[in-house]
Amino acid sequence: MRALTWQGKHDVRVETMPDPEIVNPRDAIIKVTSTAICGSDLHLYDGVIPGVLAGDILGHEFMGEVVETGPKSTLKKGQRVVVPFTISCGKCFFCEQSLYSACDNSNPADKQDISEKLYGHAMSALFGYSHLTGGYPGGQAEYVRVPFSDVGPIVIPDGMDDDEVLFLSDILPTGWMAAENCDIKPGDTVAVWGCGPVGLFAVQSAFVMGAGKVIAIDEYPGRLALARKMGAEVIDFKQTNVLEALMEMSGGMGPDAVIDAVGMEAHGMAPDTILDNIKQTVGVGADSAHALREAIMAVRKGGRLSIPGVYGGFLDKFPLGALMEKGLQVRTGQTHVQRYTKDLLRRIGEGELDTTFMISHRLPLEEAARGYESFRFNQNEWTKVVLKPGTETI
Amino acid sequence: MYSDNDDPRFLPSPYGAPRRYDEGSYRPDRGTTAVVLGLGVLAGAAGYAWYQAATRNRVGHRPPDDAPGRTSRQSRYGNYAVTGRTVTINKPRAELYRFWRSFQNLPQFMENLHDVREVGDVTEWTIRAPLDREVTVRTRIVQDVEGEMISWRSIEGSDIDTEGKVTFRDAPADRGTEVEAIIAYVPPAGELGRWVAKAFQAEPAIQGRRELRRLKMLMETGEIATNANRKTA
Ligand SMILES: NC(=O)c1ccc[n+]([C@@H]2O[C@H](COP(=O)([O-])OP(=O)(O)OC[C@H]3O[C@@H](n4cnc5c(N)ncnc54)[C@H](O)[C@@H]3O)[C@@H](O)[C@H]2O)c1
Ligand SMILES: [Zn+2]
Ligand SMILES: [Zn+2]
Repeated sequence: MRALTWQGKHDVRVETMPDPEIVNPRDAIIKVTSTAICGSDLHLYDGVIPGVLAGDILGHEFMGEVVETGPKSTLKKGQRVVVPFTISCGKCFFCEQSLYSACDNSNPADKQDISEKLYGHAMSALFGYSHLTGGYPGGQAEYVRVPFSDVGPIVIPDGMDDDEVLFLSDILPTGWMAAENCDIKPGDTVAVWGCGPVGLFAVQSAFVMGAGKVIAIDEYPGRLALARKMGAEVIDFKQTNVLEALMEMSGGMGPDAVIDAVGMEAHGMAPDTILDNIKQTVGVGADSAHALREAIMAVRKGGRLSIPGVYGGFLDKFPLGALMEKGLQVRTGQTHVQRYTKDLLRRIGEGELDTTFMISHRLPLEEAARGYESFRFNQNEWTKVVLKPGTETI
Repeated sequence: MYSDNDDPRFLPSPYGAPRRYDEGSYRPDRGTTAVVLGLGVLAGAAGYAWYQAATRNRVGHRPPDDAPGRTSRQSRYGNYAVTGRTVTINKPRAELYRFWRSFQNLPQFMENLHDVREVGDVTEWTIRAPLDREVTVRTRIVQDVEGEMISWRSIEGSDIDTEGKVTFRDAPADRGTEVEAIIAYVPPAGELGRWVAKAFQAEPAIQGRRELRRLKMLMETGEIATNANRKTA
């Protein structure tokens, strides 16, 4: 099969790899029809996530057709399914609490040692996202082996397009959970850092949950325009002092809740960012967290801080004093995708959520490398890339 | 008669004999303090902090706490090295006990365990060693309490002097069972010793925790997680 492989920093290539097989009883094999590039993939592309090996197949947002099933799979050949990026067994303590991204049983035993050392507890597995989280071959490929296929994949009814439902695999539930973690009360003001796909879905979800005002922050006019289309007021951090603006736009109180949908590669010219970037470059596992620091400073006293943005290591100059003295509540984590897919599929079907507005480019899988480069270096125009395996032109 | 509960190696007494009040700390006399302060502001501050730490809130005698002995800061008990690990498995105690008690099942999740043979009341464990060699451990069950615990000890003719036990306790709040496995062994001498040291001593905790993780996967999900994309690598 053809698959997008990681070779090194800013070097990804589509190569021919062996087709996957059923290995465990609960497996299924999916023939991928659509797969997206995620902001999380850019962390791998930029080489700031450890434990990625040359030749690893990337991709964790994918859907397709069931072509093979193991004896314990509940799927049927021919079904169309969207696959959550979190691999979860459905049987452990965490899965039973619907904390799917904390599953104990999906990360192979020998892959759990590193994260246990790094974080105190072993992480669960994700598709195509480094050997810290299992080293599972990812979805930017023609075929994928899907473990625990009786628990994760959601079957899509006929009549719904790939483009409408593909993002159930990650960014829609992620934006939704980001807003849910804000515990939004009717009329609340919510500020969102980052107008990438995650931030945009968080904006939309916050309105559905009753926010009165959502303020979205980014530097790219193209992305800010999409946030505005979703009903947000926008701040361009290149032309405006974000902290001052947020105070003024929230009656001098500060937003009730803040969402960091940027993660470990925040841009900014503040001294903290420059220092963070230097440390990231020399590889001491430091995160660049300008947006996170700003969010903590901006949020009102007793407010809520939601962090869907991904961090992997350590952080300097964390405003711990502001966090404690203002009495903030913090909620974060990799998304518990399986918890949300059913409900969100229904909301898409009923037209409550628009999922296609952010797709800026559709490419054949063969052109995935160009997709990565453009999504990384032309963020203004490239908001979301969907790859179509098995097609020559689109 | 051997009683597991009397075995000092398994008892939570990490501190041995009570420490004397004045042991292990050092109170500088005035002269020393003066020299320390003479080294400059930084050194002085550090010295002061150290002096404070060494003299304030000092605990003379520490009675044993409630943590398992193997988590103590000392990891040798006489000649024995001890390692152990607890894992919570979302299955009933009886089921887990029965699975473990059929020793034939153990190679399913213990990677280096090649073969298990039961001859009378003696069990022979064949463990894979590097360079296609094998080590044979011969054990006899010391205690076997249905649904609760199994302990064993090596006998004459075993390549390694070892003993161990596994206990099964109900986990709180209906979380299933807490499975605790403890192994004590005397690191042998010679070439074998070097290998055993590598296989057990350098990474005994790693090996043990990987095995318990695989057991948990197998019992909870019916399979052992792998990222392999094909049956044969
Ligand atoms: N928690 C999860 O399960 C989960 C799932 C998917 C993605 N993520 C993470 O969410 C984050 C966003 O993902 P995405 O796909 O939207 O990525 P993206 O790279 O497309 O978007 C990030 C946006 O943040 C903006 N930004 C950078 N610095 C900023 C700053 N200082 N202030 C305001 N905006 C700034 C960028 O201009 C960009 O538009 C990433 O860290 C990604 O890894 C998390
Ligand atoms: Zn993603
Ligand atoms: Zn699980």
